[in-house]
Amino acid sequence: MLLQADNVTFTYRRSDAVIDGVSLAVARGALVGILGPNGSGKTTLLRLLAGTLKPDHGTVRLDGQDLRQISRTALARRFAVVPQETQLAFEYTALEIALMGRYPHLGPFEVEGPDDVTRAMAALEATGTARLADRPFQTLSGGEKQRVIIASALAQLDDTPRSPGQPASSGRVLLLDEPTASLDLRYQIEVADLIRRLHAEREIAIVLSTHDLQFAASVCLEVVLLREGRILARGPSADVLTIDRLARLYEVDPAQLRRHRGLQMTAPFS
Amino acid sequence: MSEHPLRRALPIVAGLFVAMVAVVIAAPFVGATSIRFSRVFSRSVPFANNLDGQIFFVARLPRALAAAFVGGALSAAGVVFQGLLRNPLATPYTLGVSAGAALGAMIAITFGSAWPTGGVASASLAGAGLAVIVVYALASARHAGLSTTVLLLAGVTLNAFFSALILFVQYLSNFAQVFRAMRWLMGDLDVAGYAPILAALPFVVVAFVAFAWLARPLNLLSLGADAAESRGVNVNRAQRLAFFSASLATGAAVSVGGPIGFVGIIVPHLVRMLVGADHRLVLPASTFFGAAFLVVCDVIARTLIAPMELPVGVITAIIGGPFFLWLLIRRK
Repeated sequence: MLLQADNVTFTYRRSDAVIDGVSLAVARGALVGILGPNGSGKTTLLRLLAGTLKPDHGTVRLDGQDLRQISRTALARRFAVVPQETQLAFEYTALEIALMGRYPHLGPFEVEGPDDVTRAMAALEATGTARLADRPFQTLSGGEKQRVIIASALAQLDDTPRSPGQPASSGRVLLLDEPTASLDLRYQIEVADLIRRLHAEREIAIVLSTHDLQFAASVCLEVVLLREGRILARGPSADVLTIDRLARLYEVDPAQLRRHRGLQMTAPFS
Repeated sequence: MSEHPLRRALPIVAGLFVAMVAVVIAAPFVGATSIRFSRVFSRSVPFANNLDGQIFFVARLPRALAAAFVGGALSAAGVVFQGLLRNPLATPYTLGVSAGAALGAMIAITFGSAWPTGGVASASLAGAGLAVIVVYALASARHAGLSTTVLLLAGVTLNAFFSALILFVQYLSNFAQVFRAMRWLMGDLDVAGYAPILAALPFVVVAFVAFAWLARPLNLLSLGADAAESRGVNVNRAQRLAFFSASLATGAAVSVGGPIGFVGIIVPHLVRMLVGADHRLVLPASTFFGAAFLVVCDVIARTLIAPMELPVGVITAIIGGPFFLWLLIRRK
């Protein structure tokens, strides 16, 4: 198994358990969506999986190795995280943001070489933002920003050998926290297409959290329903996303949920 | 294919370095008594009889070097504080370093009349150290890492509290002491010889080694703490190093020239307009630009109402205030 969480528990100081005994396995080539109400611990779970938070109990393993035993930079070459929203403090260009994905591949005082620039440009190309390379990040639209951040994550995960004959790279994971949360419909579609395409073309396992049921149903192969820090259900999207389960997940009346107009559009639910 | 953005701006950084060196060499030639280049560097006259050489090397060059030293250190420290706080409006003095330094200096001026020369500088450095420790203790007390929000609030509060203590100390001072204290607070580069610069130099060298290592982590911190962490930065360690090294550089600079205002915010802003946001360019460029900028400001201060000399802090504040306002209006 590529990424495995065993009985993971995590509590923020002075609050109730946020993640309470979660076990989860992510295979190579997985595309997993984590669904759950506000405060159910989706973001915390993603941060635990990424190793930016350390579990109080339990372990998270990457290829069988405890994340705590892997150095930050080694981890960063195999894990990339795309946060919900990125606010920059200074005016970097899109290319500079993509190049920041190459930092874990460099020595402490090393500067990115032509090869890194090529990889960063390729990542921008893959997300359809190459023409924005020299634009300041702040001047981009919400969807463009999100795609540039995804490009930076792709540049970070680009571990393909520089010359043939070297051993193939090990499994890599892309984590996205509510990738479509602050985007309008057009950009939601753009980002959803991008995620589907990346999953199809690259050997990257993708784990994302979302509030968008339609997005989860149409993009994710598997879903995990998270409620109050515990897993309510998990499995293939089509099996798990039923009206009754969703009603239980979000604590609403199933009849009310059926009547809800938005859901009539999200046809796959039985 | 596409060129690395760093390379495009390298000539600008090199140009700023050349400008800094040129300004430091040219500045001593400006002044009430005019001196000639050929006579300053003349080998035929022994130094003891070379009046031009003495004015250049003994009277004016130390001052130009002090200005360059203080300007460079404050500008680079400003860049690091802005990166740490993720706030382009932060200054080297935002977190209370200068208020602590000022309190130390005031105490030395008022109560330490028997102290040897240099007592005020070391007292200001000690005061800065005290402020740094208090702010750090507050910001790390309730959090696993450094909370930049608490850091900011603690710094602002400490600034106010130390200002009150400064007023208290001044109330106990006599006229001569108050006059000296006021002069110190204005920020003045009227140093006597090279000793103050040499005394402060080791601190700044240590700080700049840390800055060199911090340049890349500061770029990532600009994306947010979590994003930096997930790209392999030990955020906690980088933030602590940034806080202590920038405070060290600020404390050392203030011990030489007093709390000269606005340099640490004007220079990083102008430099970002020239070279972009990458800290690997902004840090060296700000150091060179800041050094040149303060040398020029000091020349203006020495000559504006000659033969009287203004404190350089008055000049930077007169330039800096309107600049700050222009910045606020521009950034909407």
